[in-house]
Amino acid sequence: MTNLFVLQLLNGVQLGVLLFLIAAGLTLVFGIMDVVNLAHGVLYMVGAYLIATFAAATGSFWWGLALMLPAAVVVGLVLEWVVIRRLYARSHLDQVLATFGLVMIASEAVKIIWGVSPLAVPMPEILSGSVPLMGPLQYPVYRIAIIVAGLAVAAGLYVVINHTRIGMLLRAGATDRMMVSALGVDIGRLFAVVFTLGAVLACLAGALVAPILSVDTGMGESVLILTFVVVVIGGIGSIKGAFFGAILVALVDTLGGVFGPILLREVLDPAAAGQAGRMLAPMLVYILMALILFAKPAGMFGGRG
Amino acid sequence: MADATIPHAAPMRRPLAGRVKAAVVLFAIFAALPPVAAALDDPFFVLIGTRILAYAIAAMALDLILGYGAMVSFGHAAYLGFGTYAVAILSSYGVHDIFLQTAAAILVSALFALVTGAISLRTRGVYFIMITLAFGQMAFFFFISLSAYGGDDGYGLAQRSTLLGSDMLENDFALFYATLATLVALFWACHRIVGSRFGRVLTGIRENPTRMEAIGYSPFRFQLAAFVISGCMTSIAGVFLANQAEFVSPAFMSWHRSGELIVMVVLGGIGTLSGAIGGAVAALLLEEALGALTEHWRLWFGLFLVLMVLYSPNGIAGLVKQVANRGRKS
Repeated sequence: MTNLFVLQLLNGVQLGVLLFLIAAGLTLVFGIMDVVNLAHGVLYMVGAYLIATFAAATGSFWWGLALMLPAAVVVGLVLEWVVIRRLYARSHLDQVLATFGLVMIASEAVKIIWGVSPLAVPMPEILSGSVPLMGPLQYPVYRIAIIVAGLAVAAGLYVVINHTRIGMLLRAGATDRMMVSALGVDIGRLFAVVFTLGAVLACLAGALVAPILSVDTGMGESVLILTFVVVVIGGIGSIKGAFFGAILVALVDTLGGVFGPILLREVLDPAAAGQAGRMLAPMLVYILMALILFAKPAGMFGGRG
Repeated sequence: MADATIPHAAPMRRPLAGRVKAAVVLFAIFAALPPVAAALDDPFFVLIGTRILAYAIAAMALDLILGYGAMVSFGHAAYLGFGTYAVAILSSYGVHDIFLQTAAAILVSALFALVTGAISLRTRGVYFIMITLAFGQMAFFFFISLSAYGGDDGYGLAQRSTLLGSDMLENDFALFYATLATLVALFWACHRIVGSRFGRVLTGIRENPTRMEAIGYSPFRFQLAAFVISGCMTSIAGVFLANQAEFVSPAFMSWHRSGELIVMVVLGGIGTLSGAIGGAVAALLLEEALGALTEHWRLWFGLFLVLMVLYSPNGIAGLVKQVANRGRKS
């Protein structure tokens, strides 16, 4: 029981750092640019496909990762330049529609380019295998590496946002865009930087997860909605909120799925508990969101309503 | 240029009457569809027509809150799902009557809309969009895990709903006209709601909630009431969709559906009711046409959407107006 708990806890944290990488960009784009970007999940998918292609071409995961990052920058810049830039002054409804269109274009384009069958990305040699954790418990090294990489990015973001000039501009932009612009900051360039940063982080999340998931066209969708929940729970525009929100959502999702039925078995007979648990588990995250919003409509760390 | 200013100067009733006229024309075209399909010996048209009519009901219901209440609900497909599953679940228990099934769909939808609406309406803007989306997904996952009714794979209906004890809806033509009659009745209801004191308060809240509050209206109550009404109407569309497809599955409630409903409303021009109906027609016909041309129709549909938003912010209606104005000028 303890072993299972530790295992699921680690899985939860691993999902959490991935969600954070995606949510960080999304919350900045929402908070600073006030743009609803439904296409953010697409970037996660594109990251996975890019690394699959580059890793297959070079025969190495690391080369794939190294080539994926500049490609992600290009994707982010082009997307911002061609579509997103024209949406800043538009209503949320227009943004929803245009980025919904982007989702359709991207998922279909991916199908045309890479086909419908899922791709596999080889795991890097050095990170394959498992380490003993406690007693008979083993845990895959790669998942630990994801956690470490995610936490490192989170720490890096923390430093950039709280201790550098560009971070100061980001925070100022999230609080009051007009004022930042009035103080002579090139807001257009700031927006492009923010969007590209978010795109690269989402692509990175997709690339990191590629070796342990099958890379397919549906992968962006499930993650997009979870990321929305994270951003809403954490508070729009708050990186800190995105981090804690991501971990919380991931833990509730993973632990709830496993331990919900076990807990229900205490009060219900096994068959009913199994059925109720299966139905409740996928809904837990949304119930959590409803509870948090009921208490704090602007999320845990959100300043604006 | 002179005639461009006339619409602003004209009294409010004029454009409203025009919209009713537009709707009546649409209804007349619809009513003529089955005989034409029969003459062409292509019953498939009638089935597509029924599908379009059902989505028109849903789009119009969404327009009620999106257009008149500025509530961008991205979870409306959930209500389509409640309607479809009300048919499936009740009919598996031997309750085939369409009125009972509709009543069940409305009841469930009202409850769901009341609870999720009360939470969602505590927020606005981007938050509202994302929260309604998340609640829509919650309903979606609930039905995916509903293994008794096929879960992810869906569930085929043994028979269509019965109307007053007769199985006349098994006939595609009868189902078409029943859907059309419902659309007309609901259009009339929406039209009355929009023109009522309630509707005007709702529009007032859309324009300026603070001012409405200052003169003594609670925006929350009016918005929630509209949200519930809209959800219930959408579930009626679901009842007809289930009958049209004779199959239900969680695919009816995916967030893509919610997005497509918004697309329909915006295509026809928001806040016009008849526009939502026209938008449903245009979106679904475009889908069918692109689908017939290429397997990758989504790519082109997405491209169309992006271009429409970037270059014609007021939808097809706006485009028609632009072209008409240009024609008048030259």
